[in-house]
Amino acid sequence: MPANRFNGFTDYGVGIGLRIPHYDHILTKKPTVDWFEVISENYLVDGGRPLAVLDKILEQYRVVQHGVSLYFGSPGKPDRSQLRRLKNLVKRTNTPWLSDHLCWGSVDGSYSHDLLPMPYTFAAAKHTADKIKYVRDFLEIPLCVENVSSYTAYHVSEMSEWEFLSEVVERADCGILLDVNNIYVSSKNHSFNPYDYLNQIPHQRVAQMHIAGHTKFEKYLLDTHDHAPIDPVWKMYAHATKLCGVTATLLEWDDKIPSFDEVHDEALKSKQYIAEARAAQVTEGRARPLGAPRV
Amino acid sequence: MKQRTKKRPAKRFAPKQVNSARALAELQRAMWTLISRPLTAANRMPRRWKDGRPTAELAAQIAKPNDRLTSFERLEIYSRMYWFRVLDSLYEDCPGLRAVLGQPRFMKLIEAYLVKYPSRSFTLRNLPSRLARFIREEPSWTQPYTALCYDLACFEWARIEVFDSAALPVFTLNDLLAADPAKLKLNLQPYLQLLQLDYPVDEFILAVKQRDELSRSDSSNTALTKTARKPISRKVARPNPEPTHVAVHRMDSTIYFKRLDPAAHRILRAIQRGKTLAQALAAGLSGTKKSGEDLAGKIQDWFRTWMELGWFCQR
Repeated sequence: MPANRFNGFTDYGVGIGLRIPHYDHILTKKPTVDWFEVISENYLVDGGRPLAVLDKILEQYRVVQHGVSLYFGSPGKPDRSQLRRLKNLVKRTNTPWLSDHLCWGSVDGSYSHDLLPMPYTFAAAKHTADKIKYVRDFLEIPLCVENVSSYTAYHVSEMSEWEFLSEVVERADCGILLDVNNIYVSSKNHSFNPYDYLNQIPHQRVAQMHIAGHTKFEKYLLDTHDHAPIDPVWKMYAHATKLCGVTATLLEWDDKIPSFDEVHDEALKSKQYIAEARAAQVTEGRARPLGAPRV
Repeated sequence: MKQRTKKRPAKRFAPKQVNSARALAELQRAMWTLISRPLTAANRMPRRWKDGRPTAELAAQIAKPNDRLTSFERLEIYSRMYWFRVLDSLYEDCPGLRAVLGQPRFMKLIEAYLVKYPSRSFTLRNLPSRLARFIREEPSWTQPYTALCYDLACFEWARIEVFDSAALPVFTLNDLLAADPAKLKLNLQPYLQLLQLDYPVDEFILAVKQRDELSRSDSSNTALTKTARKPISRKVARPNPEPTHVAVHRMDSTIYFKRLDPAAHRILRAIQRGKTLAQALAAGLSGTKKSGEDLAGKIQDWFRTWMELGWFCQR
C-alpha cells in the first residue's frame, strides 16, 4: 500500500541505505534522494561523529529507522535500556515507522549478532507477536517486521515461512517489511516457489520493501548485499508491487559498496517496475486501487 | 540370575517439539551452543562434540537436511558467519594488539576471549569491553607481552569510548564567576578518557596506523601497475616499558591523544572522581617533590589548555 497505518500513512518513494563511504558525498553534494534508511544500532550512542552526521542528514532528508538487534523471536523480554535508547533515537529522527527482523539472535544474554531463522510453530509465533506488541507499545510507533533469508530449516516447524510470517503479523497487528531478495534466496535454499510466498502474505500489511543482491555458492545462496539485485529479484519486486501497491522501496548495499551515484541509480530502477505496475493496473481497468487486497 | 539393566536413553540435545516459549528457548540454546563453538583450523565446525559424540548427530536433532546439504552443513553456515563476524569486528578494533602478537596469536587470543566472554550487548561496539580484563585473567595467551597487551587493550577500548560518548556544553569562564572558590567542583567531559600506562602505547598505535596506511598505498600501486611484488614486512618495534600518562579525547569528531604530566593526570583524575578543585590540586601536588610555587605556572598552563580543548563541561 502506498500509505497505510503501518508506515504512518506516508508515501516515501525510493530510498537507499545511509552508509559511511557515502557520508562525504551526501553532505557536500546534497543529492536528491527520496529518503534514507539508517541502521538504528549505528546511532544508539550518546554523541560523537555518528550523531553529528545523522543530525546533518536530518536537516536535509527524510530518514527511516531499520534495526538489526531487537530479536523479536529470542527468549526473554526485550532489553529496556536498549528500548529507551531506541525511543530517544525515534524522537530524534522522527521516523514514521520502525522495522526490524523476524528472527532470533540472542539467548541467555549472549548475542550472536546474526539474524537466525525462527522455527515456524504456533508457540513461536505467539511468543514473537507478544514481543513485537511489547516493543511497539513501548516505542509508540508503527512497527514492521522483515522476513530474513535462511540457510536451515527446523524439524519442529509446523508451517511454511509465509504462513508463519502471516500468523505473527496478524497476531501482533503489525506491518511487513517485505524483503524480496530474501524470499528469492530462501526459495532457492529451501526449494519452494517464491511466488507462492508473495501471493499468500497479507498484502495490506506491507509497508515497505527491500531489494538487494546476493551471492551464489555451489550448494546455496547467501544474502550478501554486495552487488545489484539480479533480474529474477526485480521480476519478483514487480509482482509484489502489483499485489501490494506502490510501496516505499529501499535498495540495500552493505559490502563492496560502489559510488553513491551507482547505488542510487540502481535503486531508481525500481521506478520502472512501479510505472509498469501502474500501467498494468490502468490497462486492466480495475476499479480496485493499487495495493488494495484481493478479495 | 542375571540382572537386566535398562539402558536409559541419552538426553536429547534439542527438543522434539516447540509448543511453548520454554521449548523455543531450549531449541535456541541448543543451536547457539552448537554454532558458537570455535571452528577448526580449517574454519569448519568440529566433527566431534565435547563428549565424543559426532556433532552431526546433534545437528540432526535441530536442522532438516535438504537435497544439497546435511543438517551439519546447514548449521555450519551459521557457525562460520558468527565467528567471521565477531572475529572481524575485534580485528578492526584492535590493530595494536594484532601488531604485538602477530595475526595467528591474536586470532587465538580473541577466540579464547569470546568463548569466555561472549557478547552480552546488542551492539558489536561493546565487544572489546572486557578484553583487558581477560588478558589479565589469562596471561598465557599473551606472554611474554601481557603487560603491554593489557595496556593496548585498555587504550583501544578507550578510543571506542571516546569516539561516540556524550559531549556536554562546555564550561566557560562565565560559569566560574558565580562559583565559590573553596567549594568549586569542575566536571570533565564524559568522552574524556584518562589512562595511566606502563608502556607508551599511544606512540605505538600511531606507528602501527602509519604503517597500515603505507601498506594500503602500496597495494593501490600494485593494483595500478599490475606488477607482482613481494610482501614488504614492516614490523613496528614493540615499545619498551615507560610510565605513560595520556588523555584520549576528541575534537570535531576526531580522536586525539595527549600526553600528561603525572601531576596533571592526578589533578584530572581527582576532578573526575568528584573532588573539589582545591582537593584536586592537593592530589596533584601530593606525589611531586616540587613546591606549589614551582608548579603554579605549569598548572595555569595546563588549565588554560584543558579549557581550550573543552575538557571541562557543565553538568
